[in-house]
Amino acid sequence: MKLSYYPGCTLKNHARNFEDSTLFAMGRLGVEAVELKRWNCCGTVYSLSADDLMRQVAPIRNLLRARESGHDRLMTGCAMCFNTLKRANNRVRSRPEDLERMNAFMYDEPLDYRGDVDVLHVLEVVRDQIGFDALRKQVVRPLEGLKVACYYGCLLVRPREVGIDDCENPTLLENLVTALGGEPVDFSHKTECCAAYQTLDKPEIVADRTYQILGAARGQGADLVAVSCPLCAFNLDQRQDLTLKRHPDFLGLPVMYFSQLMALALGGGEPELRLDFHHNPPGPLLAGKGLL
Amino acid sequence: MTLRISRSQVQSGFTARVQRLADQNLMACYQCGKCSAGCPMAAYMDILPNQMIRLAQLGQEETLLNAEAIWLCVSCMTCNTRCPKGVRIAELIESLRQVRLRARQDHLQVDRLSPETLQAVPPIALIGSMRKFTS
Ligand code: SF4
Ligand code: SF4
Repeated sequence: MKLSYYPGCTLKNHARNFEDSTLFAMGRLGVEAVELKRWNCCGTVYSLSADDLMRQVAPIRNLLRARESGHDRLMTGCAMCFNTLKRANNRVRSRPEDLERMNAFMYDEPLDYRGDVDVLHVLEVVRDQIGFDALRKQVVRPLEGLKVACYYGCLLVRPREVGIDDCENPTLLENLVTALGGEPVDFSHKTECCAAYQTLDKPEIVADRTYQILGAARGQGADLVAVSCPLCAFNLDQRQDLTLKRHPDFLGLPVMYFSQLMALALGGGEPELRLDFHHNPPGPLLAGKGLL
Repeated sequence: MTLRISRSQVQSGFTARVQRLADQNLMACYQCGKCSAGCPMAAYMDILPNQMIRLAQLGQEETLLNAEAIWLCVSCMTCNTRCPKGVRIAELIESLRQVRLRARQDHLQVDRLSPETLQAVPPIALIGSMRKFTS
């Protein structure tokens, strides 16, 4: 299966571990991810103002790029890119007058956008196109004994109309971990926000959230937390030092992308996992479980 | 908190303006408080999300535009998905930020960020903050 692929900026630098593991795992599952030849920032956050059409141009241009290359599906792994692209797509689909104005603005594009590209998250492709049964059959290194707290954060599940699963109690990641041979734990904080981009202006709030979220995961006996957003990953992993400073009883926990767990179970090693990108290193834990 | 409500505030057009920007009917809110109950930022806010709705209904422009809370909301959408009346609180808060930002009153001073900070944070955090907190 060939799918056009939008990486987003963070997967090209701070989250290389996310991109490399995703491409390896999807390759193993027979998905060829064709990166768009040209792409721009998705806009990062979806603009919520009713009159702010200008800010929808960036995501729509990326959808146009997919169309240009002959694709009708665009896959992305970053939860923020996914959310922004899909919401912008929904908006122009439901408001043809907005789309017309945007096409007029993008007059120098060789094609008009017609709302005919579907935005897919990697997890949706795994669940709906590949299927967990098929995935299970490809597993060469089951994640036996690995207890995983699955963290969705906000953008995979909210708002409802773009969410890839139930917005209050999603189970997609748990099903994935089970298919990989791991053990998902009950997790009260799976859709609790990590304070997102406040990490710049108010990192101490992020530290408080990290304390609560990772604390809840530990309370359930989790060995690690699985994420799908590079901003969640940064906040939950890289902010652990600050968290410890503010909360001396904080114990920390490794944080990994769901795609790294897939890559691991599908036979990947250090070069695909890129564990050098982590702050709290998952290596010792994985080695202890005989997985690395 | 004592609130002084004047006819001029209520009739100032502020309510209509933010309703238009947010594309919301704020009058639908019946103050159940569910939005604030689940808000991850509520503990740090000077004015809670349900209070913002009430103040916006009453045209309390100054109080709202000077609230720290409008810069704490991260549009996590928890309130929106839970409101029993379908009010999109995150859109209202975005409209309050927009009133300030469109008057070029930035909240985040990017030029004051240290090179270390700029190096450390991923682009997603930097661009997200700039989109939300600068004009
Ligand atoms: S949840 Fe909705 S109805 Fe309840 S206070 Fe908040 S905005 Fe009003
Ligand atoms: S969108 Fe803003 S106000 Fe609503 S729950 Fe999230 S942080 Fe709170």
